[in-house]
Amino acid sequence: MSLAHDAQLTVGRATKAQRPARTWPEINNPAAWAVAAILLIMPLIASGFFLIEIFATTLILGTMALSLMFLAGYGGMVSLMQLTIAGFSAYMVAVFGVSGNANISLGWPWWLAVPMALALATAFGTLGGALAVRTEGIYTIMITLAIGAAFYYFTNQNWAIFNGHTGINNVATPHFWGVNWRADIPFYYVVLAVAALCYFAVEYLSRAPFGLALQGVRDNPRRMAALGFNVNAHRVAAYAFASFVAALAGVLQVWNYRQISPGSVSVGACIDVLIIAVVGGITRPIGPFIGALIFVLLRTFALDFLVRLGLDGNRFRLLIGLGFLAIVFWSSDGVIGLWQRWRQHQRREVSRSGGGRGHG
Amino acid sequence: MNRFVERHPAWALIAIIAIAVALWLIFAVWPPGLEEAIGRKRVFLNAVFNGITLGGLYFLVASGFTLIFGLMRNVNLAHGSLYLFGGYIGYAISTSTGSWILGFIVAFVLTAVVGVLLQVIVFRRMEGQDLRQTMVTIGLSIVFADLMLWACGGDFYQIQTPNWLIGPIELPLVTAIKSSGEPVYLRYPLVRLVIFVASVVIGIAMWLALNRTRIGMIIRAGVDDRDILAATGVRIQLVFVAVFAFGAGLAGIAGVVGGTFQSLSPGEDIRFLLASLVVVIVGGMGSIPGAALGALIIGLAEQLGSVYIPTYAIVVTFLIMVLVLAIRPQGLLARR
Repeated sequence: MSLAHDAQLTVGRATKAQRPARTWPEINNPAAWAVAAILLIMPLIASGFFLIEIFATTLILGTMALSLMFLAGYGGMVSLMQLTIAGFSAYMVAVFGVSGNANISLGWPWWLAVPMALALATAFGTLGGALAVRTEGIYTIMITLAIGAAFYYFTNQNWAIFNGHTGINNVATPHFWGVNWRADIPFYYVVLAVAALCYFAVEYLSRAPFGLALQGVRDNPRRMAALGFNVNAHRVAAYAFASFVAALAGVLQVWNYRQISPGSVSVGACIDVLIIAVVGGITRPIGPFIGALIFVLLRTFALDFLVRLGLDGNRFRLLIGLGFLAIVFWSSDGVIGLWQRWRQHQRREVSRSGGGRGHG
Repeated sequence: MNRFVERHPAWALIAIIAIAVALWLIFAVWPPGLEEAIGRKRVFLNAVFNGITLGGLYFLVASGFTLIFGLMRNVNLAHGSLYLFGGYIGYAISTSTGSWILGFIVAFVLTAVVGVLLQVIVFRRMEGQDLRQTMVTIGLSIVFADLMLWACGGDFYQIQTPNWLIGPIELPLVTAIKSSGEPVYLRYPLVRLVIFVASVVIGIAMWLALNRTRIGMIIRAGVDDRDILAATGVRIQLVFVAVFAFGAGLAGIAGVVGGTFQSLSPGEDIRFLLASLVVVIVGGMGSIPGAALGALIIGLAEQLGSVYIPTYAIVVTFLIMVLVLAIRPQGLLARR
């Protein structure tokens, strides 16, 4: 809890002066418009590989990490089961929809299977959250990690629904209005739309009464309870919202890879989501997407990079682990924290030199 | 115990009946109807013994975990890595020198040294910041897992059981009666029983050390309130280092035991981390008797589950955790 809290305080101090409260912070920020424009015209710039393997994957992972950022940053609850919820939703799409494993899949059309998967995954995540809020702080990590690990071993053992360790392959993707929505460019726009929707929903919620109450619960649950807020209800509601976001990302993920197997919901992958969120920064919704971009770039290019340096290319996870350790050691607010500190430093330099000249 | 009976007579009755049924199932010769319903008695007894001995292994891993958590509030998610590290060390020593016992000693010492280094170099810098410490242990477990994969590869290793422990022994438990009227006794691997007895001895020794010695008194006081303890002049950092070293060393020993029982491979670290998480959540954080009870429950649930409901075994373990969280969120034997 202290991690998110400290970072929040410094950011709060840093940004209070810059923007008036209760407006969308992006509107007056030229950089945000530039990023939005680049994302929109990305298919013109990037080829199929970059578009899907880098940018769409980044947005999907970023959306998963966004759900963790919402819980950790605004609710003070570090949940390691966000990927498990996404994986559950992906499995449900495969089970209810059409896939290569006809003995398991029920063959529903996608517009029935997807809402069903979203509803079930949200219910699953809310139940898990209701369990996790029975304890506090550090215990949340342990319980959600146990839930995630149990789900992983369960998918490995269960053949009736989850088809054991081979998983479910050749999951059908939607195809309507004459468009194949899994073709590179339409799929990229679907992912972008969902990610943007989730991003703005989190941004909106953080300033809505619910989000403010949630941040109050994070900072001082006893006082909020004394003020008449139902602390546990707020926490469970936060889990429900975060589960829905994670479930959306899970649907996109299964469409992206067209298959789902226990490997995608392994404990390592659960921890990757935490790494993405922490490396990016868990105080603002943009953090997870930055973290996801760094993670995906590293995952894709670390091998070539390490080989070029003359090292063993398989040590990608070592690199990730060391980077994560460095971030946790030196910046409690991830990469955006580093960036902000650098900016403040620059500004101080400028004002100091300016002041100096004034004196002289 | 008496207070418990007075306060919850219904629960006490249920517990007594359950214990009686369990004892009857273990010692009596099963009537044919029961054998038809749930299978052979030999299968059941084997599952029970496997569960109890696995519980002993879980206790070794989880007691170090719970001791470290209880005193330092440090959820050491790299505990599974220490387990695997100890196992690899034990394998290397016992294959090169041929001595199984030496493997234990070296594994204990080396993992304890790693524990000391972790406490001195890493965790002392961020005392009191629970979440940050936990994040660091996550990062460390990733780094350790990859380093061990680098050094040892993805192969399965099994530590050779020493000659004097190989083979089954006959236990005075009747599994069936032959048609000639001759009783058939249960045969069970000696090494598992020896290891189980050893873990019970370690557990009792820990309990005695915690409750009957001066250092144990200091540790218990530290669990309750480490600030006041430090204010009374105890050199708390030294106690922290000692406890971390001991907890890590226990994980190392458990690694050698696990390498003899089962096998060592990448991924075992996560499995045993999960096991110790569930054990301490069920038993109660920071409580040694809680770790013993939790380990026994989880070990039995896992083995009986994998015999009688194979595809849902992990769900049983998980349901026990959910049930405990719903009824007693602090764990079965936790004081608070």
